[in-house]
Amino acid sequence: MSTGNRPLSPHLQVYKPQLTSVLSILHRMTGVGLAVGALMLVYWLNAAAYGPEAFERTQAFLAHWFGKLLLFGWTWALFYHLCNGIRHMFWDAGKGLELPQVYLTGWLVYIASVVLTLLAWTAGYGMLGGSY
Amino acid sequence: MVEFNLPKNSRVVKGQTHKAPDGATNIKKFKVYRYDPDQDKNPQLDTYEVDMDSCGPMVLDALIKIKNEMDPTLTFRRSCREGVCGSCAMNVDGTNTLACTKDLAEIKGDAAIYPLPHMPVIKDLVPDLSTPYAQYTSIQPWVKADTPAPGTERLQSPEDREKLDGLWECVLCFCCSTSCPSYWWNGDRYLGPAILLQAYRWIVDSRDERTGERLDDLEDPFKLYRCHTIMNCTNTCPKSLNPGLAIAETKKLMVERM
Repeated sequence: MSTGNRPLSPHLQVYKPQLTSVLSILHRMTGVGLAVGALMLVYWLNAAAYGPEAFERTQAFLAHWFGKLLLFGWTWALFYHLCNGIRHMFWDAGKGLELPQVYLTGWLVYIASVVLTLLAWTAGYGMLGGSY
Repeated sequence: MVEFNLPKNSRVVKGQTHKAPDGATNIKKFKVYRYDPDQDKNPQLDTYEVDMDSCGPMVLDALIKIKNEMDPTLTFRRSCREGVCGSCAMNVDGTNTLACTKDLAEIKGDAAIYPLPHMPVIKDLVPDLSTPYAQYTSIQPWVKADTPAPGTERLQSPEDREKLDGLWECVLCFCCSTSCPSYWWNGDRYLGPAILLQAYRWIVDSRDERTGERLDDLEDPFKLYRCHTIMNCTNTCPKSLNPGLAIAETKKLMVERM
């Protein structure tokens, strides 16, 4: 019998995705996404400082459907990471760690992130009068 | 280290099907992970068609029926058949649980049965638990006191005793630790929810006099702080305990003593 070459049992391949793990990996992914988004923000500010032509080009990119999709994604990532971050702060204080509370606040965070994203975009379009 | 794919020798290939006996009408399929260390082959997924009309209500009943009537080579650990020994911990229908307390009626469709995730497999559903056992030893799970032992028991107030509820019930089945992605990726250095719950059990024990030393020992980037409050542990615990809460309380004690 060999003991040195034991196989590793399946993990991600068989473990059922559930609210606990899915929201956790989303927190990590939105965090990474926001770091990339911060680079875009720097690029945008840099373009504004560089001159009207550069700024116009950046604006055109962001107004393109793909740019808008990115911005929409970043808005959601921001709100999700913010809401779930608050959830994590309560957890760090030892509160809300019973399973029913974990599920309740999990769904709340998810719904709140979607609602806040839609509100932000509605408000944004309202202020611009739909010009972008 | 994070590795999403299984190593080459661990990839699960298609196995064989064991047909139900003639005349069986109420059949449930069990897809069971098989690995034989005596053969130079990858693990495989065998299918057993079990006649449910003559099968007990729990997953363990089905496994024992398969071993008795269909395939005596199927290997798994079991002992008490009532959720107090922790031997039959395995991955059933996508989450970790004790086969003896998992109701077959809760499983819709085919029943997928794997060993505890991300562990070296000795045979079939038997994982090598040497690492978590060594980690258990490392937290020194006994009362450590410097005051001389009294002639009677070391007494505890009812309130102090109550602090151990939700902790002493742990049967060390490691369902929680092997459900934790952090333990999957860093199980060599991160202690994992089961052992951290045990560590907390001795930290809050009023009879133990080395609380500070115990906390010192956990003050480490990996041992305790690889917990990212994913909460798969609490979600899967077959004893309905809350390792996630025990870890959060331990982290709070770390901050409070600074």
